[in-house]
Amino acid sequence: MTDTPLLDLSGLTKAYPGVIANDDVSLSIAPGEVHALLGENGAGKSTLVKMIYGLVKPDAGTMHMFGAPFTPSEPRAARASGVGMVFQHFSLFDALSVAENIALGMEDAPKMGALSQQIRDVSDTYGLPLAPDRVVGDLSAGERQRVEIIRCLLQQPKLLIMDEPTSVLTPQEVEILFKTLRKLSAEGTAILYISHKLEEIRALCDSATILRLGKVVGHCTPAETSARDMAEMMVGKLLQTPTRAGKSPGEVVLELANLSVSSPNAFGMPLRGISVEVRRGEVLGIGGVAGNGQDELLAALSGEMLSTPGMIRFEGQNIGLLGPTPRRAMGILSAPEERLGHAAAPDMSLTENAMLTAAAREGLESGGILNWGKARGFAEKIIETFDVRTPGPSNAARSLSGGNLQKFVIGREVLQRPDLLVVNQPTWGVDASAAASIRQSLLDLAQNGTALVVISQDLDELMEISDRFAALNEGRLSEPRPAQGLTVEEIGLMMGGAHGMEVAHV
Amino acid sequence: MIRLEKRPQPSRAFSLATPVLAVIATMFFGGLLFMALGKEPLLAIKTIFWEPLFGEFSFFYRPQLMIKGAPLVLIAIGLSLGFKAGIWNIGAEGQYIMGALFGAGVGLAFYPAEGHYIFPLMVLAGAFGGWVWAMIPALLKVKFGTNEILVSLMLVYVAEQFLASMSLGLLKNPEGFGFPGSRNLQQYESAFNADLIEGSGMHWGVVAAMIAVIFAYVLLSKHRLGFAIRVTGEAPRAAKFSGVNPTRLVLFCLGTSGLLAGLAGMFEVSGPAGQVTIDFNVGYGFTAIIVAFLGRLHPIGILLAGLLMALTYIGGDIAQSQLGLPAAAIQVFQGMLLFFLLALDMFTNYRLRFGRTEVA
Repeated sequence: MTDTPLLDLSGLTKAYPGVIANDDVSLSIAPGEVHALLGENGAGKSTLVKMIYGLVKPDAGTMHMFGAPFTPSEPRAARASGVGMVFQHFSLFDALSVAENIALGMEDAPKMGALSQQIRDVSDTYGLPLAPDRVVGDLSAGERQRVEIIRCLLQQPKLLIMDEPTSVLTPQEVEILFKTLRKLSAEGTAILYISHKLEEIRALCDSATILRLGKVVGHCTPAETSARDMAEMMVGKLLQTPTRAGKSPGEVVLELANLSVSSPNAFGMPLRGISVEVRRGEVLGIGGVAGNGQDELLAALSGEMLSTPGMIRFEGQNIGLLGPTPRRAMGILSAPEERLGHAAAPDMSLTENAMLTAAAREGLESGGILNWGKARGFAEKIIETFDVRTPGPSNAARSLSGGNLQKFVIGREVLQRPDLLVVNQPTWGVDASAAASIRQSLLDLAQNGTALVVISQDLDELMEISDRFAALNEGRLSEPRPAQGLTVEEIGLMMGGAHGMEVAHV
Repeated sequence: MIRLEKRPQPSRAFSLATPVLAVIATMFFGGLLFMALGKEPLLAIKTIFWEPLFGEFSFFYRPQLMIKGAPLVLIAIGLSLGFKAGIWNIGAEGQYIMGALFGAGVGLAFYPAEGHYIFPLMVLAGAFGGWVWAMIPALLKVKFGTNEILVSLMLVYVAEQFLASMSLGLLKNPEGFGFPGSRNLQQYESAFNADLIEGSGMHWGVVAAMIAVIFAYVLLSKHRLGFAIRVTGEAPRAAKFSGVNPTRLVLFCLGTSGLLAGLAGMFEVSGPAGQVTIDFNVGYGFTAIIVAFLGRLHPIGILLAGLLMALTYIGGDIAQSQLGLPAAAIQVFQGMLLFFLLALDMFTNYRLRFGRTEVA
């Protein structure tokens, strides 16, 4: 970094009421550098990139691009100066084609034919297979991300910001993405890469800046620093790796026999002939790229989706036609992926959200009459046990940060002593130490004899807590295999390989 | 630049203040409207809001407040249950008519027998009539996924035709010299829904409305079913996840709102109206929709809103006769109330921000 840096931030400070999101943050990125931005949720990563992308104006500090002052007043200005950003959450319309989606985001879009050609060119150049005329609703998460990346690349950015890009990808797709990013970097495009997956950062990034509570706490060269050291810099304390005692699984609790259910919504994925057994005290980890039947599997187990009798047995009983309430009474609890709107009602208080699933098992109602005092007590217990940061149980669910709400939602089920717990993405968007405590609580449940089905897209997480691992692909579940000793390649093959050009869409 | 920003928490203060602010804004802009029509604005506002309560003839108007308010509250309470859950019964007017026809039909069937059993039977029949009429859109929605808004609304027109047919045919007063309309139930003692206290306007419908308010309040705040209704309205997927059966909820909400609308019709036809006539219905079923929203879908709010709405009706009539305000101006005035309410309601969940765009 002897030349003028591409982007130089110095002393950036941004305060919101009650919290300093960024405090005197300085860093510089050279052309072609892949720079990692590391930090827990709430460390100030988002605020920092939003300032670079012109969404937020800093209170103090300066930004320079190629030595010239850089003060983007809005994202359009940032894009014009050569900053592109791929957000963690895609903003795409399911019903439109790839090219139409890209055209929507452009200032002056060329004719559809010309644009399709440009898309093909960029996708060939950077090894991102994508057909411009496909409808976005049919694409896998990895392919959707490609749409977003190509949308940025069409504007030939000098700096590409990527926010948690690999959370939705298979290992093979991650490889494809990394090849693309390395190629971009070789051509001189700098990349600011936000992630909490430390192994990836070690594999990809040239340098890293670590944020904690809004301050820069260190810079390092990821290739020369261990993942554990980086994690401890992020968290500021020694990390507790979830521990598990050796155990032998008990009798079969859940038995799926050729479970096939069609999805109720148009872009959903039907479940096709899933057969598996889960035993007491066992953690079955289910991986797979998002949209391959994860939501449907959870719904079929929670009772939101009913199935033909005989396909699902719980402790020997046929439960396919039972709804969520009787299943809960039997001890089958679940926590869906979507926190706001599915696992919790956003505008309702935490007390009311505690009532949502705990009414029967915690004795919060009798004869249809609800006991709000007791519900409040239960909500307080969740808040305390799971260290949910909120002023109190009367606050609305939507006022909590994602990680805190996740702790609440998981805690609500864990504290109800399930016999079978099904969770989808239990630590999605949760900071490292909270994720560790959620995983620990799941392992503790298993230790006490609960059977667990953990659906996740975070393979590291699944490898850490699963006894057996299986993958969902196109609504089918692979043969479960012992999680210990599985290699990344084997996992990738179970997940159906790279979702690229040759994927079979049934 | 002015922007709307979502509040992290719904503002409780604003939620309570909105109806009051809406009434004030309506008075202000309504006053401007009356001024534009060449009337004295303060006098017009005073005539509408003050005259019925404390004016010279308030002894006559105050009971009217009960008579007009009761059906509005009764219907609006039923509607609010569905509205809270996102189930839209727009056809309360039709259910109101059917309740009246069933109730009056049962009463007239006993004519001229006298007995204490007749009026209770009429109440049951009225409730049943409204319930049945609401079950048509409910069952169609549950079985075939039809839109309850359209079906319930169209059934209003069917009910109106039915009403016309009844008052010209089956229920026509045989001693009515050929005039359309049934016997007057006010002159049939066993079927007459008289004032419980003479001249107070307190008939059984008022009692039913009060019971409905209490019932709805307890249901929504204390009972599992009320909680299911609220969750379904706020987050349908979360409701399904928690175990709410959407089919049963649709049947319950539409059924209950139909039942209460039917009761309102029955109390009206056997009391203040007295007889089944072609133009028996005067739009309570539609106005109740406004009342439900004006009352923020909250039982106590609906009670107050029903009384306020009745006040503008009565006051509007007085303003028409005393000041010569056109009826359309009164309707615009009432429309303004709903408009301002919905507009100001925005601030419960959003706040205004002045200044530069910034995303936190």
